[in-house]
Amino acid sequence: MIDIAYDASHLLGTLVLMTSFALLYQRRLFALLHVFTVQALALAAAAAWQAYAHDDPHLYITAVLTLALKAIAIPVALHRIVQRMNIQRTVEPALGIGLTMLAGVSLVTLSILLVLPVTEGATALTREDLALSLSVVLLGLLMMISRRNAVSQVVGFMSIENGLILAAVGVAGMPLVVEMSIAFSVMVAFIIFGIFLFQIRERFETLDMRRIESFRGESGE
Amino acid sequence: MAVAARGRGWVATAVYGGTAVACGLTVLWAITTLATGAAEPAALVLPVGLPWMGAHLRTDALSAFFLLVVNGGGVTASLFGWGYERAHTHQHTDPHHAPSGPVLPFFPLFLAGMSLVLLAADAFTFLVSWEFMSLTSWLLVLSTHRESETPAAAKLYLIMASVGTVCLMLAFGLLAGGPGDMRFDAIRQHAPGDGMAALVLLLVLLGAGSKAGLVPLHVWLPLAHPAAPSHVSALMSGVMTKVAVYAIVRVAFDLLGPPAWWWGGALMAAGTITAVMGVMYALMQDDLKRLLACSTIENIGVILIALALALVFKASSTPVIAALAMSAALLHIANHSLFKSLLFFVAGAVLTATGTRDLNRLGGLIHRLPTTAVLALIGAAAISALPPLNGFVGEWMLFQAILNAPALPEWSSKIGIAVVGAAVALAAALAAACFVRFYGIAFLGRPRSPEAAQAREVGTAMRAAMLIPAALCVAIGVLPTPLIRLFGPAVRAMVEAGPFDDRAYQPWFWLAPTSAVGNSYNGMVLLVVIAVLSAVLVLVIHRWASNRVRWSTAWGCGHEEPDPGALSQYSASSFNQPIRRAFGGTLLNAHDRVSMPEPGDTRPARLTVNWRDPAWTFLFTPVGTALDWLTERVNVLQFLTIRRYLTLMFAALVVVLILVAVVRS
Amino acid sequence: MITAILYQIVQMLLVLALAPALTGWVRLVKARLLGRRGPSLLQPYRDLLRLLRKEVVLAHNASWLFRATPYAMFTAIWLAAGLVPVFTTQLALAPAADLIALIALLGTARFFLALAGMDIGTGFGGIGSSREMMIAALAEPAMLMMVFSVAVLVHSTSLADIAAFMTSGMVGLRVSLALALIALVMVAIAENARIPIDNPATHLELTMVHEAMVLEYSGRHLALVEAAAMLKLLLYVALIACIFVPWGLATGQGGSLLAGLLSFLAKLAVAGAGLALFETSVAKMRVFRVGEFLGGALLLSLLGAIFLYVSRGV
Repeated sequence: MIDIAYDASHLLGTLVLMTSFALLYQRRLFALLHVFTVQALALAAAAAWQAYAHDDPHLYITAVLTLALKAIAIPVALHRIVQRMNIQRTVEPALGIGLTMLAGVSLVTLSILLVLPVTEGATALTREDLALSLSVVLLGLLMMISRRNAVSQVVGFMSIENGLILAAVGVAGMPLVVEMSIAFSVMVAFIIFGIFLFQIRERFETLDMRRIESFRGESGE
Repeated sequence: MAVAARGRGWVATAVYGGTAVACGLTVLWAITTLATGAAEPAALVLPVGLPWMGAHLRTDALSAFFLLVVNGGGVTASLFGWGYERAHTHQHTDPHHAPSGPVLPFFPLFLAGMSLVLLAADAFTFLVSWEFMSLTSWLLVLSTHRESETPAAAKLYLIMASVGTVCLMLAFGLLAGGPGDMRFDAIRQHAPGDGMAALVLLLVLLGAGSKAGLVPLHVWLPLAHPAAPSHVSALMSGVMTKVAVYAIVRVAFDLLGPPAWWWGGALMAAGTITAVMGVMYALMQDDLKRLLACSTIENIGVILIALALALVFKASSTPVIAALAMSAALLHIANHSLFKSLLFFVAGAVLTATGTRDLNRLGGLIHRLPTTAVLALIGAAAISALPPLNGFVGEWMLFQAILNAPALPEWSSKIGIAVVGAAVALAAALAAACFVRFYGIAFLGRPRSPEAAQAREVGTAMRAAMLIPAALCVAIGVLPTPLIRLFGPAVRAMVEAGPFDDRAYQPWFWLAPTSAVGNSYNGMVLLVVIAVLSAVLVLVIHRWASNRVRWSTAWGCGHEEPDPGALSQYSASSFNQPIRRAFGGTLLNAHDRVSMPEPGDTRPARLTVNWRDPAWTFLFTPVGTALDWLTERVNVLQFLTIRRYLTLMFAALVVVLILVAVVRS
Repeated sequence: MITAILYQIVQMLLVLALAPALTGWVRLVKARLLGRRGPSLLQPYRDLLRLLRKEVVLAHNASWLFRATPYAMFTAIWLAAGLVPVFTTQLALAPAADLIALIALLGTARFFLALAGMDIGTGFGGIGSSREMMIAALAEPAMLMMVFSVAVLVHSTSLADIAAFMTSGMVGLRVSLALALIALVMVAIAENARIPIDNPATHLELTMVHEAMVLEYSGRHLALVEAAAMLKLLLYVALIACIFVPWGLATGQGGSLLAGLLSFLAKLAVAGAGLALFETSVAKMRVFRVGEFLGGALLLSLLGAIFLYVSRGV
């Protein structure tokens, strides 16, 4: 009756989803990065648990990759960049926190309603994994459109990718999972660098403008 | 003048006394019909109305239950109206200033109209009585035409009522269908097809929903209900909205035949929006009676949710659960008519005693109107769904029905009902906040105006009229089962099961419906335990601890006396500020503006609160603009030459001929 | 039946006796965490007794409602605390009120306290009452959705049935339950006026809620209000213990009463220490962020209810 493998993977998948909500709730950049780290940890744990439960050793590679890149390397790098660049440390939501959360719950409901009838024949594990990862993807998109700050948009993008990996990991016998996760990681790395080059330019421009304004004595601050 | 006033007094006594007796007899008759469970519904055909049909009247269990609610409200409203009339005749001996002059002839007619709607057994009689009810209530609203807000309210009400009747006419036209037989019996025989049923349901929701106050068709309600004299407001809000609900029940459960599950879904969505928005409107109001009218919108929403649940469960052939939801709906209908009448009477009493219904001019009335204050507290607690009063019993049953959601086959209704459950709970909690504000601002604290400081308790008749519903609120809360059994036949007629089916052991003082998940409720035990524990507590503390009291000035962290006008006190607008900030910005586009004077300026700082009903912003204002535009275009037709008119007629004739030719081929 | 009534009476007295100790324990642990020695466990009892013996000072315009509220509110919360099984589920009042009724009883207590806050007509009372009602408007639906998740799983809203089901080992790891637990803890923090929502240890701060409502109370009335607050804390701990960690509770199938009592004491100690640790490690929130915090609790519990259908077996 009690299937601990099933329960644990369900719980880990939900943990990933919950951290997506926590990402939406944060207002400070560093807290956002911390929560993202937790999400990556949960994803790594989910992948490792699947590898163990389904006796599928190459999923361990995905787990280790997620752990090393997303839970350690990227957050540390982002931390340093934020500190070096002196980027503003609030998230600048374009939509109220409460409304964003409400929209998030509606998206989760929507994805459950979408996935459940379509996958009537599939095993319980696959169905809910699909529902969970679709929700994570949608929440990541929501995060990208409802935040102005570039760093939080990058984090939103990476959580979309986490959702995709969660789906790939959960579906038993999915081919090329590892290759997919490597490819995604490379892509994320490129996007981060791209956005940061852009961001650096933008920041310096605004700094320059401010300086000019304060020389002219027009700044109200 | 004095003789005229006394003459009017006699007329008033006769009218209100007669109405009360008639309503009382109807109540007794309805109770006996329900209790004896008369197998054959009484039917009557009168030779009036359409010549080939006559007027069909009939009472089954459902109409008997609604008759009970309507006429029960009628009895107390007559009693209150009599007292109200006397109080106001004393104040204004000049008959031209008697505030309720034109009320007398229409009051009994209004009640008769509502009862006729419930008795009607053919579409024609139903629509005629419906229109009669609308018109009499409209005239009653107009009875206060000297107040500045009334004409606008009455105009809006007339427009909405007409639109509603048109929708109902179309609905019944579709129901009568091809054979055109308007009798309900005949309509029942051939149920319409799927698309037709959907259209009928939509039209009934528009027609009856606008009368019941369904959001977004509610806009007339917070204006028109409060404009009438208080006992009429009580009838309009507590009872007439129930007649509209009756129309929905009659069509959706009875005339339309076996339901499809998504009917319930549509009804549930409408009910949920109505419940949450209604209570938000109520929280924003500063006018005592307008607040109550808005709270009616919320309660109608809750009733509709319960009905929708019953419909969904009926469609999924789990009739016992449907019976639980239906009982919750009917119980809430009875409850709401009781506490809403009570609260409108309280508003009338406050208006009589102080001459104002503005919350920001009241305060401290608990000292000046002791009896009214106690009864108002019962009403406020009952409508806030606090145990062991009746509001909670309805809420408990509704929530038990919601907990049965997993029994449904469709995923969307399973998940949708969970969301609806959260919305119901939110509405209930906000209603409690609303009535803490209502009671706390009006009855507690210090008086905010000289009128409130010098208020005098109202007369015996008015207090008695308030006492009856208050006592019933407590009684139903403590012993709900007899009432639920009483309207059991109505539930059975609508969903083909009773709430207590298949229960071997059915004690009358436990509320243990069959499909309540695993539990029962007993208000009497709770009341007794609370009473005993409090009594023991008081005795023990006063006997062994301390019973000394010293009266002093309020502490309030350096609160200063005197404080003329009680300015440092929380006002009605300050009380709802936290909720306004949490919900109002999103739902009602509410924003506060503070105008702070410059340093050295002695003007007081002012806070203005602005909010706007989204129904106006998104529905009525655009519709009004469109209508204006259209009428202007059509207006051109008035100024054509004869040749052009002839051209138009000729074109119309040709088009009709072409149509005929096309249809023929 | 007789034993059930006996258990009920014991339970009522037990919660009454333990409530101040729990509050004292939280204060003691908090003081130790801050490097102070802290008052003894018995200090809350002494405070209550001293308050009970003092005279009551009433404002001139206090009404009967102001004087009756402490008794009504205390009784409602006491009764509610008596409904949550702490050592055995065999309680006489169990069929009269389920989890929904229990939440509503707490609502009754809150309703009257909020009214009493407005009775004297000072600014502070109004602040407290209006904020309390705003908090309740979000906390109560969150509680009810928590009930929804649990009740749909267990097929009962009765606490005895819930405890029996949870101890039966048929539960496993449930996502819905985890979400419901988080939501319930968040609600408990808000409803008991703890940091980060409210600060139970301060007066005269514009962000306070509960203390602002009861500012005008003194003497025996204040003692009752404070005792009711202590009972409420105990009630929430007992509720969380009964739904989510009911092990040790004597149910209909057996289990000894002594073990039930001892395990309850252990749970109280752990929960109290955890609360103290949490309170010392977070900062108080601005009052208008409370809406977001509790809105989060409501959405979590709603998600829990929705996830019921994703997992197996419902």
